[in-house]
Amino acid sequence: MKNILILGAGTSGTMMANHLQSKVAKKGYKITIVDQEETHYYQPGFLFLPFDLYKPKHVKKSIKKFIPKGAELINEKIDKVDKDNNQVLLQNGKAINYDILIIATGTDIAPQETQGMLGDHWHKSVFDFYTYEGAKNLRDKLREWKGGKLVIHVTEMPIKCPVAPLEFSFLSDSFFINKGMRDKVDITFVTPLSGAFTKPTATKELTYLLEQKNINIVSDFNIEQVDGKNKKIIDYGGKEVDYDLLVTIPTNMGDSFVERSGFGDELNYVPTNKATLQTTVKENIFAVGDATNVPASKAGSVAHFEAEILTENILRYIDGKELKDKFDGHANCFIETGHGKALLIDFNYTQEPVTGTFPFPSIGPMSLLKETHMNHMGKLAFKWIYWNMLIKGKHIPFVSATMSEDGKNIEKKN
Amino acid sequence: MEKTYEGISVDVNEEGYLTDLSQWTKEVGNGIAKEEGVEMTDKHWEVINYLQEQYRNENPLNIRKVGKSGVVSIKEFYALFPNGPLKVSSRVSGIPKPISCI
Repeated sequence: MKNILILGAGTSGTMMANHLQSKVAKKGYKITIVDQEETHYYQPGFLFLPFDLYKPKHVKKSIKKFIPKGAELINEKIDKVDKDNNQVLLQNGKAINYDILIIATGTDIAPQETQGMLGDHWHKSVFDFYTYEGAKNLRDKLREWKGGKLVIHVTEMPIKCPVAPLEFSFLSDSFFINKGMRDKVDITFVTPLSGAFTKPTATKELTYLLEQKNINIVSDFNIEQVDGKNKKIIDYGGKEVDYDLLVTIPTNMGDSFVERSGFGDELNYVPTNKATLQTTVKENIFAVGDATNVPASKAGSVAHFEAEILTENILRYIDGKELKDKFDGHANCFIETGHGKALLIDFNYTQEPVTGTFPFPSIGPMSLLKETHMNHMGKLAFKWIYWNMLIKGKHIPFVSATMSEDGKNIEKKN
Repeated sequence: MEKTYEGISVDVNEEGYLTDLSQWTKEVGNGIAKEEGVEMTDKHWEVINYLQEQYRNENPLNIRKVGKSGVVSIKEFYALFPNGPLKVSSRVSGIPKPISCI
């Protein structure tokens, strides 16, 4: 039997295993999947956990449960890829040979990259919510916090789920209103970009949200250090922002095995063709989801669309056919705005998010770039879709892997 | 919309960023730098060349990348282009400003 080796059993890796298992067995391939964790996390839930909107049981299940029958799961840390010998070395000293390698090891926070971020104040007055531990510790903090300056901060781009920090700001506003203490909390959003919104239509349609929710913006802030003792963050230009509670999105980086393997960019992302999802490392190495350097959003929906297209390309590769350069950067994301409402955005590499309806023209039922209760219901329903359809590799009806222009209000250029 | 720098006409977006790098010349860069209150030196141009090269090769840009480029440190980058160095230098370079998904 030949071997397809998948590194990472998170959203992307699990989807790939489920897509491929039934299709490649008859072509003489087996699937092996490696992950150091035993728990599969529903990461979109990390946004809700700090506000007690989800419980831990909503976001955790066993990795094993979602690996298809016939595929072999190896619970071990990855040392590196030896691409010349088509081999992956594990930290326990074992080596696994592969014919096709799929890298799906995602991205993780790297708070150690910013001076002063880790240390005495970490998870006491400085929190992340991109990890299960971070989100849970922040929940405990918010339960007893008496108010003050809440600063939500993005260290540098790119980050996983780029809208999550804004959603966190909006949900904070709702959370403190509901607790009857909004007047005791000052909310500030700090970003290295030129504003909370950076694309023309979104800026026009959504800027009101910040005013309505009384969220201050500090833009063009590139952090040099966290001064945990004096509770301030300082940027390279000398600008300072004071906080009582800092919720930061640390630098995001790919897995360190990528660096040890001798490929990857300065953030350990794997150089990947943005349309075929074949890496430029070697022709039998592919990458999917947050682990790649493609200029799409790092998001579960992107991974889902990529997985459909990569499955087709892996089958074409096995059959010796030319790969299809089909992936267009399609992303589809709900954005919680608080008080039981949400926005929906649907976009790709070249089309910015615009207004309209989704998935059906004029019918919807979702509205693009507009706050509705229906969108919020969509976001909540997504948890069920994730566990029951998405990671099992089932196609989601009416939502194609590439972006559709139907229902979108796209201004025609001359 | 169109803008003219030292007699050279270029297409720009609402925020004054060039929409087509091929229209860029050093004179245009100089004109934009003046609007941003930046006095260009050889070191400034070195950064501009680096940014344009990265953009042409489709490499996404961030402050970390510029700081590791060997052209300038992040501190020097701030000294050259105060008040949002990547935003300002991108505009002078004739490339789009760094953006997120919305």
